[in-house]
Amino acid sequence: MLRRLILLALIPAAMALAAVAPPRPPPNDAALMADEPAPNLADYRLFTDAGARTPNARVTPYAIATPLFSDYAAKSRYFYLPPGKTAQYAGPGLIDFPVGTVLIKTFAYPADVRRPDQAVRKIETRLLIHRAAGWVALTYVWNDSQDQAVLRRAGLRVPVSFVGEDGARRDIDYAVPNVNQCKQCHSQNGELQPIGVKARNLVQLPAWAAQGRISGVPAVLAPPIRWDDASLPLERRGRAYLDANCGHCHSRAGLASNSGLYLTLEETDPAVLGVGKRPVAAGKGSGGLDVSIDPGHPDRSILLYRMASIEPGVMMPQLGRTVVHQEAVDLIRAYIAAMPATR
Amino acid sequence: MRPFTVLATTTALLLAVTPALAKTLAVPAGPNAQERIQTALIDAKPGDTVALGAGRFELTDGLSLDVAGVTVTGAGVGKTILAFDGQKGEAEGLLVTASRDVIRGFTMQNAKGNGVKSKGVDQITMRDLLVEWTGGPKATNGSYGVYPVASTHVLIDHVTVRGASDAGIYVGQSQNVIVQFSRAEFNVAGIEIENCYNADVHDNVATHNAGGILVFDLPGLPQMGGHSTRVSHNQVVDNDTPNFAPKGNTVAGVPTGTGVMIMANRDVHVFDNHIDGNASAGVMLVAYLQTFTDVTYNPLPRDIAVHGNTFGHNGFAPVWPGGAEVAKAMGGSIPPVMWDGIVTYTHPGGAAETVAVKLSITDGPVANLGLKVQGAPASGARPAVTATLDMGPIPLPPPVSLPAAQGQLILDEVSTRR
Repeated sequence: MLRRLILLALIPAAMALAAVAPPRPPPNDAALMADEPAPNLADYRLFTDAGARTPNARVTPYAIATPLFSDYAAKSRYFYLPPGKTAQYAGPGLIDFPVGTVLIKTFAYPADVRRPDQAVRKIETRLLIHRAAGWVALTYVWNDSQDQAVLRRAGLRVPVSFVGEDGARRDIDYAVPNVNQCKQCHSQNGELQPIGVKARNLVQLPAWAAQGRISGVPAVLAPPIRWDDASLPLERRGRAYLDANCGHCHSRAGLASNSGLYLTLEETDPAVLGVGKRPVAAGKGSGGLDVSIDPGHPDRSILLYRMASIEPGVMMPQLGRTVVHQEAVDLIRAYIAAMPATR
Repeated sequence: MRPFTVLATTTALLLAVTPALAKTLAVPAGPNAQERIQTALIDAKPGDTVALGAGRFELTDGLSLDVAGVTVTGAGVGKTILAFDGQKGEAEGLLVTASRDVIRGFTMQNAKGNGVKSKGVDQITMRDLLVEWTGGPKATNGSYGVYPVASTHVLIDHVTVRGASDAGIYVGQSQNVIVQFSRAEFNVAGIEIENCYNADVHDNVATHNAGGILVFDLPGLPQMGGHSTRVSHNQVVDNDTPNFAPKGNTVAGVPTGTGVMIMANRDVHVFDNHIDGNASAGVMLVAYLQTFTDVTYNPLPRDIAVHGNTFGHNGFAPVWPGGAEVAKAMGGSIPPVMWDGIVTYTHPGGAAETVAVKLSITDGPVANLGLKVQGAPASGARPAVTATLDMGPIPLPPPVSLPAAQGQLILDEVSTRR
């Protein structure tokens, strides 16, 4: 009886404790800004649950219109802005994110892509952290029980199986990038930068402007181009896809700058965009073809040949995919076929 | 052999800049080589050495180094073997994207794309390497054995490349380049210097390639207008492997049996080489043949000097278009030096320009095909042979010098070997 009384007496005390307990701790800015990366994704407190499904305060989900293809992985994207900071619109290109920003992207596969919300297996979560000295890229790989993601700097191959849109099983040898590979795509003139968060490719800019997360957004914005929007002109869809999937490397500041083939949306010279352009260092990647794009002749175009390959040394992009993005091959085929033939 | 062109007063400086706590990250051969080597390449700090042990490393992906001032060394060619037969991804065996790195002392086999590449770095050294494709010359082999591109202060020293389906030793869009004491064999092109400024290719052996040594300039690239290359004291012999380059690539147009080929470049001196056994030509000076849209590009070789070379038997079975006819007209073989005679080209979207091409060919005899206009078919050749073709002296570009620290490596090695 006495024991029960004591127990009863404790209940209000426990309730009182709960009432004064501090709110859930915010993201761990100190860990994010530390030179040494945290061993576990959870150390940053960007999410409130162990499975990284519930974003913490100031962590905002986002979507992009034309994403980078990554072996059909589903991607969930978030950005974190530290307290008191806002992002700045800086034209149609990259958003100017303040120091302290974190871009978060989780790569996952549902067991069956026709049921995208069921039996989802997370593979890795990549972070781009904006520190005072510049952006830093890190990747955290999920365990089998899906409740912990640990830092992996040297890369990893992960066997993944899933059922595709056509109902057929696909087995892939998913490649988690090493930190140098992060830089291969993200370096522009030797400086690490985000790739995907370009204003022209972000669908939620007006909402963020209204929420005060970003300033300087024009009242009228051109709608982002979805590569898979069949109602849009082929040329715009094709260019949007090449920009998002090739332009980070094939740009004047990217790793493939020496190729002279530049596929960003900023470029306008057809020769630079591949029309009639002869290979420089393609080697067997030429596939025995003469030019990157032969207008009207997709099967005579090196660009399409390399997109359709999965052979190292031939395939493009060189990293980040192990299977053919068939829907994109179909698009680029149509894009080249629609160009007026010159021969 | 001429002395190294390196400032000698460097030892104290070198000691001063070597970090006191430089360490060696040893990676022995064995399982899980991919992650162990890659981890060391990531963990290394400037001044460190990544030491790959003797034995065979089976790699499953490309490797990359992005830390400046690191030496990656094996136990020696034939002792440390990096085997890329099982490579699943990436277009290089090893990609270097940081400055002042030294890559040395191992064999690399069967990389799926290129062998060792550097991009956009200063002071890259590749030495004591064997990069090979072990299945013999095949179009499916990787493109380049060693591949510094868009780099400054490039040293390729005591490197052997075998089987590349483009160029064995390829240096592109770089400045201040030395390729020396190296061997290129059974590649499409042995040694290729493309769109470079100031290169020194000396004391190498180029043999059994389709073409021995090429100095090219191509349009439409960030660094264009190649100039000032010295090709000297090389053995360019028996380049007789049928061209096996995949179609579409520039080197696919190099005739099998070419010794030295200069295309669209200026201030190139070919001197004191031994050139023998090259069936198509000993030395060819030719214009870039394709159409181009780069308005600043000059497709002609000009200000080229050829002197002091010893020629054996060359040009006896030329396979370039019209070559057989020209050879027949000349009594069975092409003279040791051949110039296409092109002096006129059309600026893209503009007018034709005739250039006062200056050549100083004191070796001979020299065949001038007299094609005159860029794009003219070889069938229109009006070959004329003269003992020499000397339009007056052309200044010899100075030897390439490297920064003291990088050059010191050579001096140290020479004294060790003695």
